[in-house]
Amino acid sequence: MSVQAEQPIVVTGAAAPGRAIPRRRRRLRAFLRNPTFVAGALILTALVLLALTAGLLFPADPQDMVGTPLLWPGQDAEFPLGTDSLGRDVLARLVYGTRASLLVGVAAAAIGLAIGMVVGAFAGFLGGRVDAALMRLVELFQTTPTFILVIVIVSITEPTIPTIAMAIGLASWPTVARLVRAQFRSLRETDFVMAARSLGYSPLRIIVQEILPNALPPVIVAASVMIANAILTEAGLSFLNMRDPNVISWGGMIGDGRDQLRTAWFLTALPGAAIAMAVLSLNLVGDGLNEILNPRTEP
Amino acid sequence: MTAGAALLSVDKLSVAFPGHTAVHEASFSISPGETLALVGESGCGKSVTAFSVMRLLPPNARVASGRISLEGTDLLALSEAEMREVRGARVSLIQQEPMTSLNPVLSIGLQISEVIRRHEKVSRKAARERAVELLDLVSIPNARNRIDDYPHNLSGGMRQRVMIAMAVACQPKLLIADEPTTALDVTTQAQVLDLLDDLRHRLGMAVLLITHDLGVVAQWADRIAVMYAGRIVEQAGIEPFFASPMHPYSRGLLGARVDVDADEHYGSHRLTEIPGSIASAAGQTGCSFAPRCPVVQAACRQAVPPLTPLGEGRAVACPVTTSVPLANRPSFPLSGAGARQ
Repeated sequence: MSVQAEQPIVVTGAAAPGRAIPRRRRRLRAFLRNPTFVAGALILTALVLLALTAGLLFPADPQDMVGTPLLWPGQDAEFPLGTDSLGRDVLARLVYGTRASLLVGVAAAAIGLAIGMVVGAFAGFLGGRVDAALMRLVELFQTTPTFILVIVIVSITEPTIPTIAMAIGLASWPTVARLVRAQFRSLRETDFVMAARSLGYSPLRIIVQEILPNALPPVIVAASVMIANAILTEAGLSFLNMRDPNVISWGGMIGDGRDQLRTAWFLTALPGAAIAMAVLSLNLVGDGLNEILNPRTEP
Repeated sequence: MTAGAALLSVDKLSVAFPGHTAVHEASFSISPGETLALVGESGCGKSVTAFSVMRLLPPNARVASGRISLEGTDLLALSEAEMREVRGARVSLIQQEPMTSLNPVLSIGLQISEVIRRHEKVSRKAARERAVELLDLVSIPNARNRIDDYPHNLSGGMRQRVMIAMAVACQPKLLIADEPTTALDVTTQAQVLDLLDDLRHRLGMAVLLITHDLGVVAQWADRIAVMYAGRIVEQAGIEPFFASPMHPYSRGLLGARVDVDADEHYGSHRLTEIPGSIASAAGQTGCSFAPRCPVVQAACRQAVPPLTPLGEGRAVACPVTTSVPLANRPSFPLSGAGARQ
């Protein structure tokens, strides 16, 4: 459709003022032309929609015991994906579980990005002693196994969604800090930063307005993988019972289903598939963004 | 002294890097509205001199001694915050590489209006209008439609025009152009230099033009300062300089170029060269040009000859060529330009 719409504009070039296709449209088309990105984005959008409409789709409390325990998927039309050992609707719980997983994933990535970007920007831009000090701090965090660190932080505090997100964020910022630092180190030497300095801009303004937008593409790619990792970590924590018992999460469902692994394996397989799906979609989006945002393929 | 009239006066400026001194006691001044060309080969300290006026030296360089004053303000005494008020508003810089000097992710309109809003209290809309006017001023056709373009939509010459628009946005008194046309092709080069010259007259700014192209100097500069190995060796008005260069290095430079206007051709006579390289000046006492100089004398190797004023704004750092009366000057093997009248 868009191809047909453009054809006459190109032919009667004089009628169109300036360029025929605005930059934003061209960007959008670059996104839509990338099959990896489109596949990932579709799955992700579906998951987000499910999370948002969970209350409408399943108005009943998903924690309620509503049917015979351990119904297999397809056995009862009322519970398409069966029931668990307490007779709770597996499908409803899966849909509600999307909320916790996505929420923790996005919040943890946001916290990690915020800390990592600030630390990386200052270390890379200022260099010298500030850089050395901040990088030692990064190394301190990086030498600690992420999952152990998260378990320690969560076990010190109450395992609620905010503290879990905070713990994962605190454990994941060093990757971002290193990435942003490398970007800033190379970008601060560029001519346009020199030009900005020669126009009287302050260092903070140069960091935020001149360098940061140029440093973003790899950070955006890293962010999608960070969300995926945070979802996995959250699932791992829930499986280990470090979770809010009032919040349904996929990892928790796997943990609950463990006892019936030989008799009703679908109780662990289904939430496992959901986690795999979410992580896969985020990785696809990340790969797609990597291709699209690569400056060498700039549309 | 003439400092009252000078816009910029640089007095005995020395700039040191760890292990060596890039600029030795350079002194020059620029009057309002004047174009001074700073000429010399790569690595002779031209750019370092210019960047120290902006106080934008690399972190490992420092001004060892000297004074830089702009309209009576001692720039070296200002705090970093005060200096930021000077940059872009009273002194601007144009760099040599237009392809990379614009921020690739911001539209040119935004980049120009941000400069205006940095130094003047104007609304976003007014700044944008000014940006359109500025694009018009630097002869970008169809300015109103180009204002939302990104740097990658523009050619090198266009980008340099945008850089110039940003540099003159706040009507600075002094514009430092660091080899502004080196990266451009010859026809664009002339257009950009014409534009700079035109803006200089219209906005009443002075220009410090850093270049190694004597053709550019002859056409667009009022005065010239020749640098060699971190020292200014000759200062003169353009016409006297090209008519009779005094320092042996200046003569060598002029001898090594073809004057097309005088119907010369590289086949019609031999172009002279300056023997040796600038590296031969390293670690020796006395005149740094001595190892390459055709008229070198024993005294030249003992002490650095001072830049001696000869009147009419001319100063030369060579006792050998200035001590001899004009008629009796020895003919130099490399005085190609001097022989021509």
